[in-house]
Amino acid sequence: MDELEKIEGNERVYSLNLGPQHPSTHGVLRILLDLDGEYIVKADPVIGYGHRGHEKMGENRQYKQFLPNTSRMDYLSGMLYNHGFVLAVEKLAGIKVPERAKYIRVIASELNRISSHLLWFGTYLLDLGGITPFLYAFDDREQILDILDAISGSRLTYSYCRFGGVSRDVDMKFIEMTRAFLKRMEARWVDYEDLVTKNVIFIHRTRDVGVISLELARQYGVTGPNLRACGVAFDVRRSEPYEVYDRFDFEIPTGSKGDALDRYVVRFREMQQSCRIIDQALEHLPEGEIMTPKVPQKLSPPKGEVYTAFESARGLTAYYLVSDGSPGPYRCHIRVPSFGNLNVLNDVLPGTLVADAIAILGSVDLVIPEIDR
Amino acid sequence: MSEGLLGSELFRLILGLVIVLAFSQLNALFLVWLERKVSGHIQLRPGPMEVGPHGLLQTIIDGVKLVGKELIMPLKADRKLFFLAPVLVFTPVLVGFLVLPFGPGLIIHDMNVGVLLVFAFSTITVLAILTGGWASNNKYALLGAVRSVAQNVAYEIPLLLAVMSVVLMVHSLSFSQIVASQKTVWFVFIQPLACLIYLIAATAETNRAPFDIPEAESELVAGFHTEYGGMGFGLFFLAEYTNMFIVCAVATSLFFGGWNGPFGISLGIPGVFWFLIKTYFLIFVIMWVRWTFPRVRFDQLMNFSWKVLIPLSLVNLVITAIVVKII
Repeated sequence: MDELEKIEGNERVYSLNLGPQHPSTHGVLRILLDLDGEYIVKADPVIGYGHRGHEKMGENRQYKQFLPNTSRMDYLSGMLYNHGFVLAVEKLAGIKVPERAKYIRVIASELNRISSHLLWFGTYLLDLGGITPFLYAFDDREQILDILDAISGSRLTYSYCRFGGVSRDVDMKFIEMTRAFLKRMEARWVDYEDLVTKNVIFIHRTRDVGVISLELARQYGVTGPNLRACGVAFDVRRSEPYEVYDRFDFEIPTGSKGDALDRYVVRFREMQQSCRIIDQALEHLPEGEIMTPKVPQKLSPPKGEVYTAFESARGLTAYYLVSDGSPGPYRCHIRVPSFGNLNVLNDVLPGTLVADAIAILGSVDLVIPEIDR
Repeated sequence: MSEGLLGSELFRLILGLVIVLAFSQLNALFLVWLERKVSGHIQLRPGPMEVGPHGLLQTIIDGVKLVGKELIMPLKADRKLFFLAPVLVFTPVLVGFLVLPFGPGLIIHDMNVGVLLVFAFSTITVLAILTGGWASNNKYALLGAVRSVAQNVAYEIPLLLAVMSVVLMVHSLSFSQIVASQKTVWFVFIQPLACLIYLIAATAETNRAPFDIPEAESELVAGFHTEYGGMGFGLFFLAEYTNMFIVCAVATSLFFGGWNGPFGISLGIPGVFWFLIKTYFLIFVIMWVRWTFPRVRFDQLMNFSWKVLIPLSLVNLVITAIVVKII
């Protein structure tokens, strides 16, 4: 203990190493906390434990070969990352996508968004000490994984989207499974409201805790549900509609204060909105092709650059690809939402308790490997 | 067996201690199994199923595993205190059994200050937690230990004040007299507030969720017993469950009529079974609460104790005193 002790003028302050092996720093996050008793004086997130060099890998291989990598950056929303990358390459190479494929992609993406939010919901309650909601949420999430497994053959890292369509068509079984899931969730939302949202202890643990002001959110580039909790209805699906999102009727849930409770409510409502989108997409699912014919095996887009933003489960995510006419990108850069969402903690954590730090850390919904890439 | 030997107080105490040791261990093993089953069924899963019928032998196997583990002490830890703490945590818990009235006459040592004895000894538990947390040379353990002390100091007061209300009504600190005076009407109907305060404070006293902040696995890794493995951890674990049994048994004696059946109806069931049924039901309720609620925050917990529970229990005590005086 002695050698770690920080004196620096204040003898009461000592440092605590939160993570990378700690039950509540999901993934491999490490936060250096300076504590005065249980109060946090300074918080310094340390990243880089999960660095695998995905961006460099993207530059070293063909577009098609990079496709599986995309779902391994944010392993909880693999379908969304897949989808975004495919959109970027299609824009770069000028590939048209059949209508049916577009709808299937939207359904798969929204299912993935719900599964990501459900996992967050469960683990967040786990962080707060409520163990039972975690198992309930995982039970629901399992249904989604089964559905996505049925169409893509994979439970977590899908690689389902292809340049010009999707790899496999959906059948009646998929549609039935998805409808059954939507029906099941309607009853579950009520359960979750009763068990968690209306729980006095839960409300006391999250209300006015970890307030991210709008100004702070702007400075750090916070996006996604965390920004919407501050009251800004910014969602890429609405502000720069991609795929067929402009055809669906859905709301962008927003909060007002930007505290942990608002972030919880926003994510909770988002899951319900995603269900609405899926419902509409299933209703209007067109017949036809799922792949554009004649997409070359070795894709060499013309010289140029492309920036494609999409809404992952955690916020604004974007691919920036530069093509020099070769079969692989010259530069492949990915903008991840968790980076901003994590670093805002520098300013949010000081002054709070250790117990709050866990509640705040969980509420911003971080996936560290997407920061480290 | 001669009459003199059975009648002798010393023999009774020794025999009692042996029975208590055996019972408390078996009871703790059973409670761990019960907790896992209860949590499993609440969480839509079956719980342990592999070892024995419905996993009944699971905790015994777990115990064997814990005994077989190497005792690891962290570098620079205080060796004596580190190994003393798990022993210290278990001994006071055993003493509590000496005065618990399991049935009419089924009490190892019927002391006239039995109530006081249980609570006096249960306070030593916190000393053991502090010792363990301090000796571990680990910041998480230390934070857990500090939290535990603050929490126990705060919750001992409403706990004792709630108990005092009952003691005032019976004019006795002896468990058997308190139970005997609930022959027809349990005190939970006369003192519902005291009973509620007792149950809340007892949950906090035994570090059970939603007041399990000294362990708070998502915040402090494992709190005060972070550095303990093998049987060191096992003893802390068993002590927690034995402690839970004791607070529930005390609650049964003080508020739920002990060995008496409801409203004087015994239904031909022996008193000891009534006592155990009620105690295990209370334990089930505490488990139910644990698997339903998230954990409260440390400062909220303290506020709740000092600003709500203590004033309420004081008011309750004063009203009880006045009413008892008038009647």
